[in-house]
Amino acid sequence: MPGKILLVIKREYLARVKKRSFLLATLITPLIFPTILGLFLWIALTDLPTESRRFIEVVDENNAYFLESNEMYAFSYEGLDREAAKVLVEEGQRFGLLYIPRLDLENPKGIVFYCEETPSLTTIASLEAALEQKIEELRLFNSGIDPAVLSALKTDVSVQSVIVGEPGGDRVSHAVVNYAVGFIAGILIYTFIFVYGNQIMQGVIEEKSSRIIEILVSSLKPFQLMMGKILGIGAVGLTQFLIWIVLIGAVSSLVMGYFGMKMPQQQLMEMSGQPGVFPDTGQQDVGEMLQLLQGIDFLQLTLAFLIYFVGGYLLYGAFFAAIGAAVDSPSDAQQFMFPVTIPLLIAYMGLFIFVLDDPNSRVSYWLSIIPFTSPVAMMGRVSFGVPWHQLALSIALLVAGFLVTTWMAGKIYRIGILVHGTKVGYKVLWKWLTDNN
Amino acid sequence: MELLHVRSLNKSYGAHQALKDFDLSVEQGLIFGLLGPNGAGKTTFIRIVNQIIEQDSGDIRIKGEPLRMRHVRDIGYLPEERGLYKAMKVTEQLLYFAQIKGLKKQEALLRINRWLDKLDLTRWKENKIQDLSKGMAQKVQFIATVIHQPDLLILDEPFSGFDPVNAEIIKNEILELKRLGTTIILSTHRMESVELLCDQIALINRARKVLDGPVKTIKDEAKTNRFLVKLIPETPTMSLPWEDVVRREGWVEFTVELQGRQPNSLLRELMEQGEILGFEEIIPSIEEIFIQKINESHAG
Repeated sequence: MPGKILLVIKREYLARVKKRSFLLATLITPLIFPTILGLFLWIALTDLPTESRRFIEVVDENNAYFLESNEMYAFSYEGLDREAAKVLVEEGQRFGLLYIPRLDLENPKGIVFYCEETPSLTTIASLEAALEQKIEELRLFNSGIDPAVLSALKTDVSVQSVIVGEPGGDRVSHAVVNYAVGFIAGILIYTFIFVYGNQIMQGVIEEKSSRIIEILVSSLKPFQLMMGKILGIGAVGLTQFLIWIVLIGAVSSLVMGYFGMKMPQQQLMEMSGQPGVFPDTGQQDVGEMLQLLQGIDFLQLTLAFLIYFVGGYLLYGAFFAAIGAAVDSPSDAQQFMFPVTIPLLIAYMGLFIFVLDDPNSRVSYWLSIIPFTSPVAMMGRVSFGVPWHQLALSIALLVAGFLVTTWMAGKIYRIGILVHGTKVGYKVLWKWLTDNN
Repeated sequence: MELLHVRSLNKSYGAHQALKDFDLSVEQGLIFGLLGPNGAGKTTFIRIVNQIIEQDSGDIRIKGEPLRMRHVRDIGYLPEERGLYKAMKVTEQLLYFAQIKGLKKQEALLRINRWLDKLDLTRWKENKIQDLSKGMAQKVQFIATVIHQPDLLILDEPFSGFDPVNAEIIKNEILELKRLGTTIILSTHRMESVELLCDQIALINRARKVLDGPVKTIKDEAKTNRFLVKLIPETPTMSLPWEDVVRREGWVEFTVELQGRQPNSLLRELMEQGEILGFEEIIPSIEEIFIQKINESHAG
């Protein structure tokens, strides 16, 4: 009889993979990110060299705020009055006019930036930052502290966290990288469950509404049919996923390689933010990054991802199959989506609010142990490092969870597929579930 | 040989009893009609035989063996509600249905080609179902039912949804399969449509079997020995010695009972009364027999 499940898996798999829409979605989706990335890089590259510095006229009633020019903005002090300076802006000789009235240092108010067009947020932000710094310096000076002395005292400190007691020595960890890995893995699993779960549901509804189902169940056990469909569609998802990884990897490295060679290091740094945000640039950071990436246990991560990817899909896939069997059309399915959507949403929200914020908190622990939320939540923790015994407990519960949901779904599916034109509610579902023959 | 043997089958859905102490015996190589109104329990019975649902109690044997999952190979089932995967190609689809019945791929492909050829569908074999006409799709559906050469073919309302031309084609295929030794169960609520096709029938009403047996026997037993007579009387106004005479324009119509006489002697008597236009034995249709049986059972 397992031969028959294989037949169903094969049909479900081929019916989807051979569709033109599968090919399109598979090829286009991964191209979107590198394309957007490439587009931005291209715009930035073609823009940067031609972009001249912007001249900003400063009218300072205090005669105290001498802003220093930088790569982006050049400040000129012609000593004009406000109206005359405005004319310069209108004529296009200046990008903008920064007007600084007589300021009360305790409560600086009334600073205005005149511009021909609406200035960008970064422009305003950098002006504000420059002014704030100046005001701070003045106030320090007024308090009798020399700003030069103060800046000489400033030290840059970055704390490197190291996890102790790992086999093979202490391990360098880095919250940002772990955050990103957990974030991406969690979102991927969440999306995968929804997209492919829906395909299961649609497939069951199709077989039901086109009345193929009765022919099928005269040759197969309903359970074989349901499992075949869930596994077949899961295989489609894995195929798509693998193709994406290969494509994204290939295209991204092509794009990055192409632009990376053309782009000097300095410009890359400037593009990633305002100058001065990264005080120490250079080889040292790249090395540190590599060390951080090496610090992540990729074997554990990959294994965990595959297990939770498949386990989560199977757990929820059974639900989607049962819902499909209970209704006559996708619009009827809405009423049953709650039990599926709510735990997934809790997992999703929990990932952001608790797990990524503090992977070792009590809430994070439970979210990553309970089967309904663990596929998404545990992925948020794995990159930060999870003890093996917690992983084992979580996975064991996940396996038990999908065995239970599959068993429940099988009972509902078996009866639901033969029921047409009846309004099915939760009460009826419960009856099917507890029906013993 | 008895192909299908059913004893005291019971099935209920909650408070609703769908089959009650249902017995049936179907001989091999016959066309067996399962007749009864909608909701009588026909589809429930068929689903149990197809192991789609389980009986509450009762015994089913096929070729003498208790019914098991492996017997799906021996049964072909055309449900009343039927359909195909619209996006699948004809050959692909038939291959899938053949394989889930347990056929090997090579064997299945050979048979598929033979059937497509026979039903004039070869040129459409690489087309998707959604590109076929309804009639062609129905033929594909029929092939899907018989592709694994089942010993027992169960057809639920087989002619519903078929246009007259295709219904005729399918009817001929059914008769051919019967010649080859296939046992066929036809289930329908339109009794007149299968009366001529069936060798044996069972009448079902309200979860119970009301009557079964060979069509000829049932009809003979239901004979009333009454004849419908149409004649032109000697004189239009003469009084006639029969009851319930209906006077038409220039002729009359009435029924006579044989009452121990031979039909010929009755006819001779009638000839003396005028010119005979028609003389025909009244044989109730299966539907009439059915209604009569039900009325009897209600009265009793």
